[in-house]
Amino acid sequence: MIKAILIDDEPLARMVVREYLLDFPQIEVLQECGDGFEGLKAIQQLQPDLIFLDVQMPKINGFEMLELVDEQPAVIFTTAFDEYAIKAFEAHATDYLLKPFSKERFNKAVDKFLAQAPVSATIKKDKEELLETAATQSPAQHERIVVKTGTKVKIIPVADVQYLQADDDYVSIITPEGSFLKNKTMSFFEQTLDPRHFVRVHRSYMVSVQEITRIDPYEKDSHLAILKSGAKIPVSKTGYVKLKQVLGI
Amino acid sequence: MAVAQSLVFQKLRLAFIACGLAWAGLQAYIIHSFGFEWFTALTDSLVSSVLLAAACWLINNNLRYYQPGKGSYANILIWIVALGAAATAGCRYILPFINGGPIYANFMSQSLVIRFFTDFLAIGWMAMISMIWYSQLDQKENEKRKAEAEQLAREAELYNLRQQLQPHFLFNSLNSINALIGFKPDQARKMIHQLSDFLRGTLKKDDQLQVTLNEELQHLNLYLEIEKVRFGHRLKTEISCDEQCGESVMPAMLLQPLVENAIKFGLYDTTEEVVVSIRGELEGNYLELIVQNPYDPKTSRPRQGTGFGLSGVQRRLYLLYARNDLMETHANDNIFTTIIKIPQ
Repeated sequence: MIKAILIDDEPLARMVVREYLLDFPQIEVLQECGDGFEGLKAIQQLQPDLIFLDVQMPKINGFEMLELVDEQPAVIFTTAFDEYAIKAFEAHATDYLLKPFSKERFNKAVDKFLAQAPVSATIKKDKEELLETAATQSPAQHERIVVKTGTKVKIIPVADVQYLQADDDYVSIITPEGSFLKNKTMSFFEQTLDPRHFVRVHRSYMVSVQEITRIDPYEKDSHLAILKSGAKIPVSKTGYVKLKQVLGI
Repeated sequence: MAVAQSLVFQKLRLAFIACGLAWAGLQAYIIHSFGFEWFTALTDSLVSSVLLAAACWLINNNLRYYQPGKGSYANILIWIVALGAAATAGCRYILPFINGGPIYANFMSQSLVIRFFTDFLAIGWMAMISMIWYSQLDQKENEKRKAEAEQLAREAELYNLRQQLQPHFLFNSLNSINALIGFKPDQARKMIHQLSDFLRGTLKKDDQLQVTLNEELQHLNLYLEIEKVRFGHRLKTEISCDEQCGESVMPAMLLQPLVENAIKFGLYDTTEEVVVSIRGELEGNYLELIVQNPYDPKTSRPRQGTGFGLSGVQRRLYLLYARNDLMETHANDNIFTTIIKIPQ
């Protein structure tokens, strides 16, 4: 039995998928979810093999939800029209369905999934590339960062971020409310965040220029940026050059 | 544009100076022909011309920044008389210091009345030309604004079409219909009719057209019905307006973008049930339309100027009424409020 979950904020849209799936008795729909939070919870609990996922949804969109999933199932996207998303799909998604889609088209997508050997390695790589493309293309991901704290999902507006610090395989995101870990690299954030607002001042640090109150010299060739919060961020030689450019000094 | 205009002003200034010089020359010649020396004639004409020019400049400048209304022509006349008198008095009291002698003093007192009248006429002439010139400039500006308004209305119409035929809305509605066909064919048929009526309504509406609030609400309802089918129980709307209010007029298709914005903002920013309320009220000479939706202050800071749809509405209000204060937005207690005022 193949386990599937439907995630879409429009009930009728889920209904179509459910109806089309009647032709595939080997696929069982475990749950329908109306938003990304529910979807995330259901994926973690039920460990489905396949999800049907809409992109535009309340609170967090489909891509942001996928960023938070640890064990990635196969994904078939269903969306009406999203030029950003379509770019991302074309490159990396298993398949995507543009609403309204015909039964034939739907069957083709599911057949493609069924034919795919359950090799998680390729899926994982595809997922990463898909999310990377989606994040650099879509405007929503420039404005906020979604992270998971325990079982809760936290949405951080980019304006609240003071600085980012590399932490092994993770990046710590420091805000007035505390710091949050995200399973991403510094270069990912360098690509997605607005370069006029965030500067990579050091191999392990990226800082919001609006938070800087002072830049002090520190040892040979390096500096320290003092933030409003009092935090001291090391600034490398090349970081200092970039910072000066952004600040216009 | 500004450069061309300053060039025009420079030319006018030169013409003004040339006229002044010609005027002074003529006056000098006339005085000389009365038997005065050239020196006396020249100083007299120069002083009185300079005073006259100053008076002309003053009235011109006044009219440039203040266009008289229909009732205030008397005011202008008083100004002209006062300035004429001042210029004449200036001559009367300044010139005897330069040109002495009883003959000249006698000539001065005899010529006062004629001096006053020529000054009065010259200043009056200047005032008239200024008024015509500046009102023509004003009219040009108005015409330009009107042309721009029409241009933008056309663009807005196109934009509206694109918005309302907006791919997301259309494709998702079609998808809902697709779902309904399977198990509720009657409802599918109904939704097709609603969608067609809505699209037809947007296609034929003229942007310049004034409609009553009732008509606008009718059109809006088609849209809301479709959205409610799409989002099911999550979307609720409350519409309130009294009879008198429903008969007030407003530009067509102004409310729909506001509500669309509220729905998007509300539905995509919360996961619970969303109530979008639309209220019409008559406040003095204004029809006030108030649209409210819930939002989450923790995750979406109300962006300055707010969404794309709202700035379009604000622009249209400006073009129609030349005012920027007809739309305001507030965000508090998890409720986002947009208010527009339409002069009646």
